Amino acid sequence: MAGLGYACLLLALAVCVYGIGASIYGVRTGRPEFTASGRRSMYALAGVLTAAFAVLEVAFLSNDFAFNTVADTSSRTTPGLYRAAAVWSSQEGSLLLWAWLMSIWSSLALFLTRRRLRDIAGYATAILLGFGAFFVSLMVFYANPFVTTTPAPAEGQGLDPLLRFPTMMIHPPMLYSGYTLCIVPLAFGMGALLARRLDADWIRAIRRFSFAAWLFLGAGILLGARWSYAELGWGGYWGWDAVENASLMPWLTGTAFLHSLMIQEKRGMLKVWNVSLALATGTLAIMGTFLVRSGVLNSIHAFGGQTLGVPFVILIGILIAGSIYLVVSRREMLRSEHRLDSLLSRESIFLANNVVLVGLCFVIFWGTYFPLISEALTGHEASVGPPWFDRYTVPLALMLVFLSGIGPLIAWRRATLANARRNFLAPLAIAFATLLGLELAGGAHKPLAVTMFCCAAFVLGSVGQEFVRGTRARRAMAGEASPRALLALMRRNRRRYGGYIAHVGMAVLFVGVAASSSFQHATELGLSPGQSARVGAYTVRYVRPTATVTPRYDAAHTGSTLSLGALLDVTKGGPRGPHVATLNPSEGYYASQDPSQGTVGSLIGGQAVSHVAMDAGITRDVWTAIQPDIEAPALKRIVELGNRTLPAQDAVVAIGVLAKTYLEHPPQAQFHLIDSPLVMWIWLGGMIVVGGGLIAIWPAPSAVRRRASVRARARAVRGLARA
Amino acid sequence: MGLLIVLLTLLLVGAVVVVVSAPLRAARAGAPELSSSGGDHAAGPLQLERLEQLEAAREAKYRELRDLELDFRTGKLSRADYEATDAQLRAEAIAILDRLDRVQAGEASLRTRGA
Repeated sequence: MAGLGYACLLLALAVCVYGIGASIYGVRTGRPEFTASGRRSMYALAGVLTAAFAVLEVAFLSNDFAFNTVADTSSRTTPGLYRAAAVWSSQEGSLLLWAWLMSIWSSLALFLTRRRLRDIAGYATAILLGFGAFFVSLMVFYANPFVTTTPAPAEGQGLDPLLRFPTMMIHPPMLYSGYTLCIVPLAFGMGALLARRLDADWIRAIRRFSFAAWLFLGAGILLGARWSYAELGWGGYWGWDAVENASLMPWLTGTAFLHSLMIQEKRGMLKVWNVSLALATGTLAIMGTFLVRSGVLNSIHAFGGQTLGVPFVILIGILIAGSIYLVVSRREMLRSEHRLDSLLSRESIFLANNVVLVGLCFVIFWGTYFPLISEALTGHEASVGPPWFDRYTVPLALMLVFLSGIGPLIAWRRATLANARRNFLAPLAIAFATLLGLELAGGAHKPLAVTMFCCAAFVLGSVGQEFVRGTRARRAMAGEASPRALLALMRRNRRRYGGYIAHVGMAVLFVGVAASSSFQHATELGLSPGQSARVGAYTVRYVRPTATVTPRYDAAHTGSTLSLGALLDVTKGGPRGPHVATLNPSEGYYASQDPSQGTVGSLIGGQAVSHVAMDAGITRDVWTAIQPDIEAPALKRIVELGNRTLPAQDAVVAIGVLAKTYLEHPPQAQFHLIDSPLVMWIWLGGMIVVGGGLIAIWPAPSAVRRRASVRARARAVRGLARA
Repeated sequence: MGLLIVLLTLLLVGAVVVVVSAPLRAARAGAPELSSSGGDHAAGPLQLERLEQLEAAREAKYRELRDLELDFRTGKLSRADYEATDAQLRAEAIAILDRLDRVQAGEASLRTRGA
């Protein structure tokens, strides 16, 4: 079946090449049948890549180790669900996932715009198929997922244990969906520039896709942060890793784009901003994809082995040069139709918001690519770490949160000072009360965190005031009871109130980040059974060791051969304080394929992975990780003896003896203990953001749309009659 | 197995050719919406696109009017500013509705001539 998979890739490449030609020919000659044929090429590409993906997925699920990617990243002992997700754990499989998702989302975008933007859509189709051709070419010529080995190995290497975690199954598809959806506004933006049609039509056509890209990217970033926190064993959720940053940058410019496209829709302003942000977001998405495959930066996310740096650099160069040329050459057509009426207006707040978001993106871009730039200029590699990022991003993040509270309080076009004073009063009072409360509680020694809490309180006050006043206005107009008025208000104004909810989510998220960063207590130390350690407001006592053996019975159900851990008792205050939780962190030891480790050694000689245990709550998390001393003399002797005396089929007996010895004579283990406040607010805030985004993007039911249109039309006509 | 792969590949190629060539075959058969021969038939899809653009612009203008009223009722605008902007937006809405009426009338006459 590998032959079928490769044939699909070749067919996909041919379809892309044909589609590009047909689309451009159709647009240039005014022959719609060719433009339509080009669009259908994208549908065909989606179908062919679905077939290719299915071939690879079946190979993984059926343990067909003749496929090199299956042999390299899966095994019979890899649990079934992780085997299904292992498709995208390799360079080759992830390229196929990227191309497939791009073809699906592009097909949807082109289908929904098939009767609109004819002159733009043709160019957009060609550009989208161009991306398809690029990624399929990478697979055909550089990283073929369907390469086989004969005879097939009896067993595979297994999935990297670090990836055997539920959020890791969904994180890449979400992130790649975000990246590939970012390409849609880029393609339509370039199409609008090429077709010289730069009114709001193309913006309206791709608005939902931009929103979807933002949602998927954001969800993917959050899932990655959750994986880092709950799996990697270092206790953090964001390390300013290069690939983390690469996913955050297009999300930041995408956020700016979502805000400023509202202004172009309403006022025909910020056209240069919008088209530049659309092109930048798509380009940054490609750069993010480039980072993990180029080998230029060190990251836990990077795919090892073959580097695809050169083709990506060429593509990125073309995108940047092409974008600059198109924007500069069309600058006359990108002039705003109106000017800013007033600095005290929502438009000017959105503009300030754009500047801050782009500034944040620039800071992160500089810090991420600085090693490359430094090496190019000086010949020495340098890097910047989390302290550098924190120094420049925190002030910008504070400004961002504060601006997100101001926006809802100010009207479009212009606001009067008197009205502004009235609207700012309550939210500022809430922020000030928060400051007083925190100062009294002793928060003065963390000024940045306190400032963030006050900004967040300002946002919550501002949005809360909007909901209250909006509901009151609705009640006055329609005579409804408050709950019904609130629902009707949100139904009729989804974009506005969905956006407000997203702002609340961001405020909650930033409170979680500020609190967990600034008020965390952490300790790393060695403990033996019976010993205790104090961490923050809690005491952690090592009760007894734990051990489980064989893939089917490991504590975290991830296919490890042996899992060594500890039962921990957590109490509030001292050792005799109220019981809080019982935790069981462990370290999983996985099999390796290295025969030099011996029959017993190879059963546990693969990568060791920490399985974190935590008690998570709304006010704080108690987080624990263990590193058992598997090199302790007594345990090492068992492995060495087993290697000398046991054949492979009996080697697991020694693992059982090792586990028993560990339970009876546990060596001192290293523990990492953390008491971290409000971490849960990060995940909750993220969910609120996603919820708000979904409300904003959700289409109104068509009946409501028709009623609203008829009523609005009647009002408009009456207004003209009055005039 | 080799024969099966060849057959499946040929099936895929056939399906792709059918899907991708459908508009070209339809145009050759004289389907009006895909005709590039110009005239009244070619104007149909363009009319539809213009109609959809104007309807989208109309919805956007109605949304602006709703936003403006909500801004006023939630105390963000003075009455004077509200009334001035409201009148301006209504005039813009009427202009869009007039253009929409003209396009719809043009579309109706095309249909009548076609019939």
